[in-house]
Amino acid sequence: MSTLTARHDADPRPGTRPPDREHGSPRGGRRHPRRRGWWVFAVVLAVCAFLWVFPFLWMVSASLKTSGEVFAGGLNLVPEAPQWENYVRAWTTGQFGHYLSNTVIVTVAVTLIVVVRCALAGYVVGRYRFPGSRLIIGIFVATLFVPTGYTIIPIVKVSMQLGLLNSLTGMIMAMAGASNVAAILIYAGYFRKLPADLEEAAIVDGAGFLRVFLRIMLPLSMPVTATVGILTFLTTWNAFFLPLVFSFSNPGLRTVSVGMQAFVGENSTDWPGMAAAGVISILPVVVLFVFMQKYFVEGIAGAVKS
Amino acid sequence: MPTFVLYGIYTIYPIVASYWYSLVEWNGFSSEQTFVGISNYQAVLVDPMFWSSVRITLVFMLVVAPLRIFGAFVLAILLNSPRMPFARFFRTVYFLPVVTTTAIIGVVMRFVLDPGSGPLAALFGVFDLPPVDLLGDSDTALYAAALTYVWKFFGITMIYWLAALQTIPQDVYDAARIDGAGGVRIFRHITLPMLLPFLLIISVLTVEDCFHAFDLMQTMTAGGPFYSTEIIEIYIYRWAFAASIPQLGFASAAAVLFGLLVLVVVAFQAWATFSSQRLQKGRA
Repeated sequence: MSTLTARHDADPRPGTRPPDREHGSPRGGRRHPRRRGWWVFAVVLAVCAFLWVFPFLWMVSASLKTSGEVFAGGLNLVPEAPQWENYVRAWTTGQFGHYLSNTVIVTVAVTLIVVVRCALAGYVVGRYRFPGSRLIIGIFVATLFVPTGYTIIPIVKVSMQLGLLNSLTGMIMAMAGASNVAAILIYAGYFRKLPADLEEAAIVDGAGFLRVFLRIMLPLSMPVTATVGILTFLTTWNAFFLPLVFSFSNPGLRTVSVGMQAFVGENSTDWPGMAAAGVISILPVVVLFVFMQKYFVEGIAGAVKS
Repeated sequence: MPTFVLYGIYTIYPIVASYWYSLVEWNGFSSEQTFVGISNYQAVLVDPMFWSSVRITLVFMLVVAPLRIFGAFVLAILLNSPRMPFARFFRTVYFLPVVTTTAIIGVVMRFVLDPGSGPLAALFGVFDLPPVDLLGDSDTALYAAALTYVWKFFGITMIYWLAALQTIPQDVYDAARIDGAGGVRIFRHITLPMLLPFLLIISVLTVEDCFHAFDLMQTMTAGGPFYSTEIIEIYIYRWAFAASIPQLGFASAAAVLFGLLVLVVVAFQAWATFSSQRLQKGRA
């Protein structure tokens, strides 16, 4: 009998399976084709993924080609000989070295300011009940959807009155000041969940408001801070509307995103230089993304969960 | 406290000030502001270009939002399956365009789509098709830009859906499988109903995102050719900053109307979901 069962098991035809094997076999029998089905999806997705990143591949490849090679067109991504001087040209003639340093200054400053002020505001709003606190949260939420195109004119006007238009400081203030409501709400939600004993213990020990905040609350909120910091970094690095308007009369203030447009406007035939400038501008955020992916994803997913 | 000062200066004040500016005649240079009442609104509302930009903004949104919401939904379902090989890798790749600088993508895409030497033209050449000037033709430019926008921000919507999918506990799937439900039935009777509440929030976020296309439009087409891609933000920009004599009052009026439009769209979506939810509850 045992030999018979064994032979049945080896039999590939599904119809000949003995009924008592019904529970074990279908799994073994069905898993394989299923698995293969997912591999088909994987291949399709891989082809799409290649097309998805193709513009970037093309940009990197064009940045290493000669002008002639680029203009000849074609889909060949490998340059004949890498032309590193394209990068030198973008860096010096195209002033991307300068633009990059502007971008770094603005981005770092804005990120620091946003983290500190949103953490503080989130702490106060999420942790304390005071008259009007619900109203404030309501106003925050209401301004969540205000587009830049709507606020840009008064922002420029205010900056002008403060004497901050056409300066990096003004640009930083405007970007750090513009509504970061989402960040405040993330912080508020996080702080609200922390147990109250923590600060009570600290207050009993004689710590003041700021010390409680700096010594206990801020370190505890590290995961949120990482998320907020990275998302702010990303938005600021990629910002275009505000830097464009703030650097109208002073090209020295351009960030990379504004610089790119100016570069193309002035050197419309220098495709390799343009591509090199693009790589210089985009590479830092891509590297940051690859290493900090978790926080990017969490920050964006947080919008849905809350 | 510093937050409230900054928030006040850069968010609340501009919202209020927009209303004031929209009521005055002002070129931004002189301190001279003449109160002109609602004449700016009248001027904006009779300007066919304004209505054209409203229409373009809405068309843009109607092309971009469904593609992003449903396309990303399919992708997220695939990537969420534990049996999908390389799911993490794919997630990274499809998210990648999101982190890159929009203004730079706009410039690069201009070259990618260039009818003379761009790779798209080369690809068409492989199939012996004549190259098309997608961005140079006022019939296709908007759609080319919209598809680029879909590509650029697809990853965000994908992450939204993945987050939503992860809220469904694995036990539910296991229980269904023990009860003998197949993949399709699990999907129809468990996954879909449990994701429905997320459809609202995801579509609000995605639709709202479609109103921020200035960076891409300005660098890719600058509203052209023949104003065929002039979304409202570019319209505002053109009157406020790009004109030789800035019309800030006029532009502010347009901006206020733009803000109202966004509000109406968001409110409509909220209302639609709210009533559909009530309907469901009534049925159950």
